[in-house]
Amino acid sequence: MSYFIARRVAGFLLTLLAVSVIVFAVMNVLPGDPALTILGIDSTEEARAALRERLGLDAPVTERYAAWVAGAVRGDFGTSYSFGVPVGELIGERLPLTLSLAVSGMIVTVALALTLGITAAARHGKGGDWIIMLLSQLGIAVPAFWLSMLLVLLFAVKLRWLPPGGFPGWGEPVQAVRSLILPTVALALVQSAVLARVTRSAALEVMRLDFVRTARATGFGPRHVLWRHVLPNALVPIVTIVGLQFAALVTGTIVIENVFYLPGLGRLLFQSIANRDLVTVQALVMLFATFVVTANFLVDIAYVLIDPRLREARA
Amino acid sequence: MRLPPNAILGGVLVAIVIGAALLSAVWTPHPYAEIAVTNKFAPASAEHWLGTDQLGRDLLSQLMKAAGNSMRVAVLAVVIGCVIGTVLGLVAAARGGWTEEVIMRVCDLGFAFPALLFAIMLAAAFGPSLTMVVIAISFINIPTFARVSRAAANQVWRREYVWAARAAGMNSFAISRDHILPNIAAPVIVQATIEFAVAILTEAALSYLGLGAQPPAPSWGRMLSEAQTLMYLAPQLAIWPGLCIFAAVLGFGLLGDGLRDITDPRLAKARTA
Repeated sequence: MSYFIARRVAGFLLTLLAVSVIVFAVMNVLPGDPALTILGIDSTEEARAALRERLGLDAPVTERYAAWVAGAVRGDFGTSYSFGVPVGELIGERLPLTLSLAVSGMIVTVALALTLGITAAARHGKGGDWIIMLLSQLGIAVPAFWLSMLLVLLFAVKLRWLPPGGFPGWGEPVQAVRSLILPTVALALVQSAVLARVTRSAALEVMRLDFVRTARATGFGPRHVLWRHVLPNALVPIVTIVGLQFAALVTGTIVIENVFYLPGLGRLLFQSIANRDLVTVQALVMLFATFVVTANFLVDIAYVLIDPRLREARA
Repeated sequence: MRLPPNAILGGVLVAIVIGAALLSAVWTPHPYAEIAVTNKFAPASAEHWLGTDQLGRDLLSQLMKAAGNSMRVAVLAVVIGCVIGTVLGLVAAARGGWTEEVIMRVCDLGFAFPALLFAIMLAAAFGPSLTMVVIAISFINIPTFARVSRAAANQVWRREYVWAARAAGMNSFAISRDHILPNIAAPVIVQATIEFAVAILTEAALSYLGLGAQPPAPSWGRMLSEAQTLMYLAPQLAIWPGLCIFAAVLGFGLLGDGLRDITDPRLAKARTA
């Protein structure tokens, strides 16, 4: 068990290292002169040289990479070119909003998908199953940003129940929560469509097994059998997809924040791209990739915790 | 043999989208970029079937041109990713040992970057364009195809006719070309159909964010981002481009599922049983 975990941790760290090399290489080595990218083609050579020196671009690539990684590990991502403050500070300000969005999106996704998936499996082959599967097929094909716009059209423009976008800050908790409802729903509906299908097929697999029949024969009610016997045994494929989906949710926030004008990390990423603020873009891309790698790593660890058989097999 | 209903519905949707894309190369109801400011936000009519946008441009013509752009991006991205990925998968399966290990571990890295994030990074570094979108999506597709083709190829390598070919003195390259590749075509094609849907969705999202198709090239995603600012004024503009993306993604998704049911009846049975 501890050997297995140690191997996974080593793999996790190696992956992060490789990802950091890719991000750094794309942002620094390939595109030519960052000073030219930042200042534009109308800039003078002196201005570019001055900027290169200020950004520390004179040093050899390997040295710059080492400095970047060493800083990043301590939470120092350099200074934003366009905001004039440390990138770490910018991230710290905006991270809570993005995380609240991703976490609330995940909670709604899991709640909705497990309920729909298990319900569909219980009504297998009947009308309810058919309707849920049809809806989830449609849900998978809907672009989240279009769904957001439709939600805004209905709930903000037509009914005027919820704000169409923006975020008032946590100082006004009621308004803050209200402005996160539509983004959360937009994120969760699409993701739960995928997860509901996985839940249904995983539950159907388990429902065929003998122990489920035994449980029913023992006299447990159908609801008890479904949630206490079937679901726990169907968790491995479900957790795999949940892990992948958390990654999709986090990157999904990049799009959704821009649809709803929410001042989170995704919006910051776009402002930085528009401002040619490569230092900030590089830090944010690395941060998002780290979320994804971490989610995958946690899924790997979760397998062992969920399934005692794997624990013994890999120990 | 009866075709599964999802394959039929998917096929019809895909045929409509591809048909519109091909037709737009030679004919659209109106020139797609023709501006007529006096006729802006026109409702649907015999002249403009779906009405006009904020500059009086014909909406249907733009949607058709955008279908062409979307298909071009998806075809290029999927073909490039599929060819490179499948070759890597074949090599990994044929050589085995540490070659396989290295190829698959490097491919694992690809899963650290969702396509959208990778494309954002490329757009930030090289400037936004459809070329960057194609590169990003095809790059992210490589690991997926490498995994699928390697898994399938490893199974074929255990077949007796492959041993026979080997005993007859064929080298790994010839075996991969003549025996493995034809036998892994089905799962690879199914995957390609599904990735097609993902590519359409990613292109739309990137163009919506302003990192894909640049004006005046019409794109469903960019049309939506323009419509968003006009939502109170002309909500209909936010409906049609989204419906097009939805139909295209649904079509390729259903077609992929249907093809999988046809090519792998065992799986289809297990899933519906």
